[in-house]
Amino acid sequence: MYLLENILIILPVVLSFVILVVPSRGRYYAALLISLGIVLVTSVPAVNVIFGRETAPVILPFITGLGSVTLTIDGLSAFFILVTNFTALTGLLYSHGYLNPYLGLKSPSRFSLHYFSYLWLHLSMLGVLMLRDGIPFLIAWELMAVSSFMLILFEAEKRATLKTAVNYLIQMHIGLVLLVIGFLLCEADTGRMSFDALKIYFSHHPNTGLFLLFFAGFAIKAGFIPFHTWLPEAHPAAPSHVSGVMSGVMIKMGIYGIVRVLTYVQADLVTIGLIILTVSAISGILGVTMAIVQHDLKKLLAYHSIENIGIIGMGIGLGAMGLGIHNPLLVLLGFGGGLLHVLNHSLFKSLLFFSAGSVYQSCHTKNIEELGGVIHKMPVTAGLFLTGSVAICGLPPLNGFISEVLIYLGLFSGLSGGSVYQSLYMLLGIISLALIGGLAIFCFTKAFGVVFLGTPRSETHIATSEASREMLFPQFLAGGMILLIGLFPLLFLQPLSHLISVQFQIGIDPEWQSITESLSMIGRIGCLLIGMVALLAFIRYRILKTRIIRQGPTWGCGYTAGNARQQYTGSSFADALAGLADPVLHTQKEEVPFSEEEIFPGERNFSTTPADVFRKGLNRLVDFLMLILKKMARLQTGNIQHYILYAFIFMILIFFLLYLKIV
Amino acid sequence: MIALLLAIVTAFFFPGIIVRVKSIVSGRKGPGILQPWKNIFLLLRKGSVFSTTTSYIFRIAPVIYLATLICAIMLLPLPGITSGFGFAADFVLLAYLLALGKFFFIIGALDTGSSFEGMGANREALYSMLAEPAFFILFGTLALLTGHLSMQSIFEQFHLSGYTSMISGMIAVYVLIQIAMIENSRMPVDDPKTHLELTMIHEVMILDNSGFDLALIQIGTNLKFALYGILIANILIPVAWAIHYRIALFFGIQAAFAMSIGIMESFRARKKLVKNPQFIVTLSSIALLGFILSLLIMYQLIL
Repeated sequence: MYLLENILIILPVVLSFVILVVPSRGRYYAALLISLGIVLVTSVPAVNVIFGRETAPVILPFITGLGSVTLTIDGLSAFFILVTNFTALTGLLYSHGYLNPYLGLKSPSRFSLHYFSYLWLHLSMLGVLMLRDGIPFLIAWELMAVSSFMLILFEAEKRATLKTAVNYLIQMHIGLVLLVIGFLLCEADTGRMSFDALKIYFSHHPNTGLFLLFFAGFAIKAGFIPFHTWLPEAHPAAPSHVSGVMSGVMIKMGIYGIVRVLTYVQADLVTIGLIILTVSAISGILGVTMAIVQHDLKKLLAYHSIENIGIIGMGIGLGAMGLGIHNPLLVLLGFGGGLLHVLNHSLFKSLLFFSAGSVYQSCHTKNIEELGGVIHKMPVTAGLFLTGSVAICGLPPLNGFISEVLIYLGLFSGLSGGSVYQSLYMLLGIISLALIGGLAIFCFTKAFGVVFLGTPRSETHIATSEASREMLFPQFLAGGMILLIGLFPLLFLQPLSHLISVQFQIGIDPEWQSITESLSMIGRIGCLLIGMVALLAFIRYRILKTRIIRQGPTWGCGYTAGNARQQYTGSSFADALAGLADPVLHTQKEEVPFSEEEIFPGERNFSTTPADVFRKGLNRLVDFLMLILKKMARLQTGNIQHYILYAFIFMILIFFLLYLKIV
Repeated sequence: MIALLLAIVTAFFFPGIIVRVKSIVSGRKGPGILQPWKNIFLLLRKGSVFSTTTSYIFRIAPVIYLATLICAIMLLPLPGITSGFGFAADFVLLAYLLALGKFFFIIGALDTGSSFEGMGANREALYSMLAEPAFFILFGTLALLTGHLSMQSIFEQFHLSGYTSMISGMIAVYVLIQIAMIENSRMPVDDPKTHLELTMIHEVMILDNSGFDLALIQIGTNLKFALYGILIANILIPVAWAIHYRIALFFGIQAAFAMSIGIMESFRARKKLVKNPQFIVTLSSIALLGFILSLLIMYQLIL
């Protein structure tokens, strides 16, 4: 039996190399086949675990250099495995149509490498989720960074892409270093380097310090502010299916890591929860605020990932606080909302990135200011993007609302029954979440309205045709899931709550029953709403059939020579908020004011450039480091005698330090 | 369902009372109380003109706007009468249903490609975003005071908690009235009577809607007033009273609400558009003040 399992696991890894030699025509299908294999092999045990049929850890004995490697699937990894598999598969399905136009433009080896990296990104993410020992985990973590780096580099001939990708790789390694330090601290104390050994470490050491180290390491991957600066650069640079997978699931590996470490933390959980809650609320509000002012559609979506990571983090912080104050209901609501939002975000964010990719393919620009009226040529893509938008704003009857309402419930139920400070913190959480919701609506009415509605703003970037069926199919899959979760939340929430109660060893709170009732009610009202819309639309249709319907131009308030350039643009839409949020946005405006003498003003240019204060801060830090390093460069004289002198000085230093028993 | 019925009855007289009060205060003869609804019925019978720029979004938006309002009203309990839907965090659903309607209302306006409607849509999005926290702080206060999470039990418990609830109740009513004014684009944020498109919010967003669609939007707007009216009634009407007193008080409150809007609009100037965000944020601070007050009472930090 073990042999069979081992073969099943090793097979996709071996087969992924076959991609490199498959002829170009069959490459996608080979990748799809292997990917399906991976999905099948990992999903079956994951589903088994989630529905309570415990799977024994799979032991891979053949990697002798590191001893045997254990692949373990528990509830938490099983949940993330299913999330990863779904989005990785839809991403691959989407990629075929999306990459078609590039077929003649890029070398076949580039495609081989792309699909190979894609499979390895998928494999390494699954590895991250199943490996518990320090070294194998870190290897998988590193493979994930490298394979996604390769994926971003698909359009490597663009200089900006190259720069972004390198920036990404460097930041991922800073995260890796933090994780390595974390594991080393654990090993120095317990003699073992694994997640399970953390439990021993945490049982007799202060918890906050090491947890924060891991948190920082994972937060760089997840994109919490202020660790997010790679994210809004890397996602737009990658091809859309890769952005979808990176934003939909790869950054969630950071969330997985945080939750995984949290399961071992023994004390200080209230403090830790508060820290996570605060960082998350800030990430949520600032992420969406910065999203609003973006001109690049994919960059806007990337900033929204930060916002959603914030919402997920709020749930997790709440859950951690619940663990700290021994309130099982809060644990279930917090982690339940957070983890469900992981699933939800992976669905609507990949959907949004895919449909944004279709717009890019059709209009050849991601610049919101140049788009417009796309809905007339791409009605289905517009509908899908709208579905994603409504879901990401957390509006009923779609899935985003379900996870947000769970977090709201957690915050509201935490209001009373604790201390004054707890009440105040919960209220701040509620305010943040309400503000995030409002800002998200502001942002997506802008994104959807400016890109899809109105008339095209530029003559060169007019949508030509609807995306191919091949590209629409995976989007319908994601859209269907979004609706399913929104209308029947309990299908997903019941297994999830079971999983959380097992993972954190808490009983199901009696009040949980009323929560599930409320959620099924929300689902029912969602159905009612859809029914109501259908009914009213039907009545409207019947009545309008009997009426005189005329077509005409948009009412220009008496002005009849309106043109597309006079429409409200994305910048003008965002300007009202940009004014309010200038301290964090630092939007740079370039304009020449009209002088009084100008009676007939000539042509004017106006441009706004959104900036990211954290990016600026990071740049300043890097500049400072570069300054020091430049000064250090004087040591590098190129003279061999000097280098021997350095070595000599070093040896003497070591000798003295040893003599003085410092090292 | 009863809430919906009462909301429809309320909505039927609400705009008329506002208009009537305004005309009396300004010394005009003014139209009859049912005139706004006569206009709506007229619109329902008319044909429509659609802009060639618009797409299916423009056509579905009014329908969704009205549907969300109907669903939202069905969630509301009445003093002493359950809605049949009461569940934990139903007020979150209420707020988000309204937000869904607004989302479609905004993109419906953007669908016309008109810069005026873009302007209105932008303002609507900004103001409702700023007003959102006030509503949640308000319900946070009520949830804190009563220890319940569904509107039904919150409003039932709220009256039992005695005289401390008076202060919170007054703040709640004030905040709700102001939110209703903002959400319905009335004074001092927006002036429904203005004739300059540049300064409009609500009116400019529906410039291109005509006939049946425009009627749907106007019905929706009237229902929205009734929705806030019912919320206010829930806070003010004691559950313990006999049913006929409650009904009388309910309509009394609705009439008073409508009249107060009429009077406020008659004597109040609209704010400069740039000052609006400040005004709306103030509302959140007032709600926050109410929350902190309740916190002090709850934990007996003073008294």
